[in-house]
Amino acid sequence: MTAQTDDELWSAIGDPSRRRVLDLLLSNGEVSASWLAGRVPFSRQAVSKHLVVLERTGLISRRKQGREVLYQVEADRLDQATRAMAELAAQWDRRLATIKRLAETAHAENKKRNRHEG
Amino acid sequence: MPGLMIDREVLIEAPVEVVWRTITEPDQVRQWFADRVDLVVEPGAHGYMEFGDQGGPVVVEVVDPPTRFSFRWNYPRGEEPVAGNSMLVEFTLTPEGDERTRLRVVESGHELLAWPDAEKQRYADEHRDGWVDYLDRLITLLAKRQSR
Repeated sequence: MTAQTDDELWSAIGDPSRRRVLDLLLSNGEVSASWLAGRVPFSRQAVSKHLVVLERTGLISRRKQGREVLYQVEADRLDQATRAMAELAAQWDRRLATIKRLAETAHAENKKRNRHEG
Repeated sequence: MPGLMIDREVLIEAPVEVVWRTITEPDQVRQWFADRVDLVVEPGAHGYMEFGDQGGPVVVEVVDPPTRFSFRWNYPRGEEPVAGNSMLVEFTLTPEGDERTRLRVVESGHELLAWPDAEKQRYADEHRDGWVDYLDRLITLLAKRQSR
């Protein structure tokens, strides 16, 4: 993933309304925009806008079935995105673990020193 | 990465002043964060961090010893980091008694600043349990879908 697509991806998922749409698509498979609009607390127009943004990031795709347009999640792309996000979280966990070790070691040494001086 | 938010914390068996020094003194920062750290811990100070063969500028935002420290990074070369073009890393230190500190780190693209208050509140509420929970949920749903 390039930095540019990363940006689009994170801002796409960063919006709570879009996450709602994404969740519905994930749990229900292929559905239409009007089906989604019946299940969210925002307008049909808003649903369409969110679908456009999600589609641009490659997280969802659409196909025509008769007169209807159906949307579905692109599992590989979403998988890639969640892995990248999990890796960032894991990176911070590793850093925090090191901070913990450094601070606790420094604290133990301070105490030892104080005992000697006291 | 404007929409991304990572929220992690750790409980440390050391007083808040010791943890503060660990996250702000360049000698210490080198051990947990970057290979090379040029950083003056003062609000507005421009610094540089290097990771292996990669590196980038950082700008210090909040310095409020010993409880709050934040900086911005990951912004386009040649630009000043502002909300929307950079990532904000915020450390919050909360003493729990004399010898224990809760350290929380939130990394986010703060486009939040431009949002209406109600929306911000909703976003913050949704993130109380962190991004990773949302992730876990996504991964579970994804696995279910793929096995269908």
